[in-house]
Amino acid sequence: MAMALRKLGWGGVLIGRRGFSSTGELESSSSRDGKLVNLFTAVNQALHIALDTDPRSYVFGEDVSFGGVFRCTTGLAHRFGRQRVFNTPLCEQGIAGFAIGLAAMGNRAIAEIQFADYIFPAFDQLVNEAAKFRYRSGNEFNCGGLTIRSPYGAVGHGGHYHSQSPEAFFCHVPGLKVVVIPRSPRQAKGLLLASIRDPNPVVFFEPKASTLKFIFRQLCKIYQCWLYRLAVEEVPDADYMLPLSQAEVIREGKDITVVGWGAQLSILEQACEDAEKEGISCELIDLRTLIPWDKETVEASVSKTGRLLVSHEAPVTGGFGAEISASIIERCFLRLEAPVARICGLDTPFPLVYEPFYMPTKNKSCFRLCTCEREYTSMTKGQYKRTTFHLWILFRQPIRALTEAFVQILDAIKSTVNY
Amino acid sequence: MALRLARSRLLTHILRGKIEALTTFDGVSLPNLIPIWFNSSPANGNDTCRGGSLSNTRNFCSLPHAGSVQANEILTQDDKGSISQVLDFPGGKVAFVAEMRFLAESPKERISCYRVLDDSGQIVSGSRFKEVGKDLARKMYTDMVTLQIMDTIFYEAQRQGRISFYLTSFGEEAINIASAAALSLDDVVLPQYREPGVLLWRGFTLQEFANQCFGNTLDYGKGRQMPIHYGSNRLNYFTVSSPIATQLPHAVGAAYSLKMDKKNACSITYFGDGGTSEGDFHAALNFAAVLEVPVIFFCRNNGWAISTPITDQFKCDGVVIRGQAYGIRSIRVDGNDALAVYSAVHAAREMAVSEGRPILVEALTYRVGHHSTSDDSTKYRPIDEIEHWRIARDPISRYRNWVEGNGWWSDADESELRSNVRKELLQAIQVAERLHKPPLRDLFTDVYDQVPNNLRDQENLLRQTIKKHPADYPSDIPL
Ligand SMILES: Cc1ncc(C[n+]2csc(CCOP(=O)(O)OP(=O)(O)O)c2C)c(N)n1
Ligand SMILES: [Mg+2]
Repeated sequence: MAMALRKLGWGGVLIGRRGFSSTGELESSSSRDGKLVNLFTAVNQALHIALDTDPRSYVFGEDVSFGGVFRCTTGLAHRFGRQRVFNTPLCEQGIAGFAIGLAAMGNRAIAEIQFADYIFPAFDQLVNEAAKFRYRSGNEFNCGGLTIRSPYGAVGHGGHYHSQSPEAFFCHVPGLKVVVIPRSPRQAKGLLLASIRDPNPVVFFEPKASTLKFIFRQLCKIYQCWLYRLAVEEVPDADYMLPLSQAEVIREGKDITVVGWGAQLSILEQACEDAEKEGISCELIDLRTLIPWDKETVEASVSKTGRLLVSHEAPVTGGFGAEISASIIERCFLRLEAPVARICGLDTPFPLVYEPFYMPTKNKSCFRLCTCEREYTSMTKGQYKRTTFHLWILFRQPIRALTEAFVQILDAIKSTVNY
Repeated sequence: MALRLARSRLLTHILRGKIEALTTFDGVSLPNLIPIWFNSSPANGNDTCRGGSLSNTRNFCSLPHAGSVQANEILTQDDKGSISQVLDFPGGKVAFVAEMRFLAESPKERISCYRVLDDSGQIVSGSRFKEVGKDLARKMYTDMVTLQIMDTIFYEAQRQGRISFYLTSFGEEAINIASAAALSLDDVVLPQYREPGVLLWRGFTLQEFANQCFGNTLDYGKGRQMPIHYGSNRLNYFTVSSPIATQLPHAVGAAYSLKMDKKNACSITYFGDGGTSEGDFHAALNFAAVLEVPVIFFCRNNGWAISTPITDQFKCDGVVIRGQAYGIRSIRVDGNDALAVYSAVHAAREMAVSEGRPILVEALTYRVGHHSTSDDSTKYRPIDEIEHWRIARDPISRYRNWVEGNGWWSDADESELRSNVRKELLQAIQVAERLHKPPLRDLFTDVYDQVPNNLRDQENLLRQTIKKHPADYPSDIPL
């Protein structure tokens, strides 16, 4: 079960052994170990299995026939034929709309959007059509067989349009499931197969494989930060799924809970290790599915640690970190010992030469981890709780005022209408 | 049966004659289907023939006599000058015809392609084109060669890891330079990304190109975008944006502004064959036609959109054919023939500006290079095909033959040009590379006209982090 993280091309040096054991069905199927593969090969394996196990499944998108610009669809057209695996015209709106129609007829439509940055022409189809297909028809129709895969996130040289992390946009749309971003090959395969077979439309974001190329060039400079994506991992050959909407604690700790997803986990992992050296014990959670997300796991952890840091590459404002923060404050207000911290991308477009400044880096995260711990441990727990309780009382005042204002407005409306 | 068919043809013929404005279109008649009459005159009786589905219409009309009688009646009526055979419909009169005809999926012949120079650079006899004088001809040639050398050297610079990305215009030099030459500097350009030659023509210097590719402090885009995303307000060239086809509707809006301001100018937007599949392409053509704006849609149909061949992109006869569907005057031109491109764009501009109308130009060409430095096109297309276009259909040597034939160019000119451009480029790269990057402050400017408070806070926080961990950050960005 232990995973071998290896630096690709570094002669198989074993650099870490970690209990990244995954819950659910993986356990039962993992007895048969597979080959060491990287993330996009794992995605490719999952697509092979999806096409193989269901004759009503299709894979399509821009440049998919020859293997896709990230090589995730390599060999599929050859094996399953050009009627089930095919190039589409260059039109994301068309890809999504076509996929919805195909799915609505009882097929598994697995569509690729070449870059998450180019998913926006498909936004209307996904938001107004896919997400509401079931609800608006009273479940007469659904497009649950739809899965949209798209590579997302920073690559080191992508600039505005090959770097974005648009997951939060889709989290604001009831009816879509949003799976971001398996952190490792084994996760990728299991989560993708689960997404494909989930009876709801799923938007599935993958970290970019091209990172590899960039990394090789930059390896000496920044290899530490990118180690995670270089990881090859033993991936079972078998057909297995990992459950959606289940977060996973990938590192246990007692002082602070750290939540992230996808490629950002590698950064957080290192931040946790650095914080550990400063005597701060971090509990790291891979959220895996953003919608619907596993509040219980995060809540249980925060209840234990009393502190929370959320981190993502997307801009901080309106990012999914805000949602996690608000939910956890609702649930754990009296158990929190420090404000929830967010280490995220800046509120700017994704900038080319400034990428290292833009990113939620290890040291930014680590710094916040330490301040969360220290600034608030100077107060005793009791003091802090009292303070927070007073804050709570204070908050209630404006709420009452608001309610009064509302009654007044209502009265005014009534009297105007009755005039 | 034969008689009946003959009669119906006659009728169709007569009707066509009466409604002159109708253009004919290659259509298909369904075999074995008998004409259906749409008749507004109730006196005609024969209710059974009206409004039936295809199948029962056929059953009924297979009674030959009934069909013939009806045809005669209508003919008579028609002779009396009845207007019941046309439908007055917004946009003009629509003729009713007896024959059920579906428009064919394509015309029988492909739309022909305008050219001036043959493969060897000789003027095709009888060709009509806009004269190009010596100075213009030499400048066009010079810029085509400059573009090619720039591509070669920047491509190499990317391979050496000195710039992060590059994308060449190999094979499309004539399109780039000749189309630009036919425009006026007041015309507004909304490019895709494979048209740096237009900018070169307008006077963007090799140093300016290099500054952008290196994202240094003199890059107008302040290092924020990937290489090749050029832009210049001074040269009326909107900044390149990676998403495909988004610039097309912009061009229509820009042209509307030119029209409202009564400017003697048009806008021109460039895009690839792949771009024509995006919704924005269709929106833009339709808007342009409806709003009657002076815009030139210039499609570089180079056969490929990354690995997707045009046969996977569209089933119709390329791009030019679609202009007509939107009510846009259109032409197909040999994109590897500089004189043809020049003449076509020149004429397109005339019509666009003087008549306030959109024009669609489809240039047939080939993407001789890989899609970009991230691509290896030998994975999906035969090397023979690439080599054929690179050598036998090279637009530069074809054009050179013509220029040389006029006695306007010599081998000495050639080697002088090549060595000068090379020198200038290497110099430009050295300078660009040595210049520092834009200052940190520019990470936060231009998101809005003013830097709002949230970004000020983020900048302050970032500066604190940099103080603590200076090693995390590149040293060539001034703080
Ligand atoms: C909206 C959008 N989808 C996908 C892409 C990825 N992409 C970049 S270039 C390209 C092909 C464009 O082909 P074409 O329009 O023919 O132009 P060419 O590269 O041949 O000049 C694709 C799919 C993109 N940039 N934007
Ligand atoms: Mg193309």
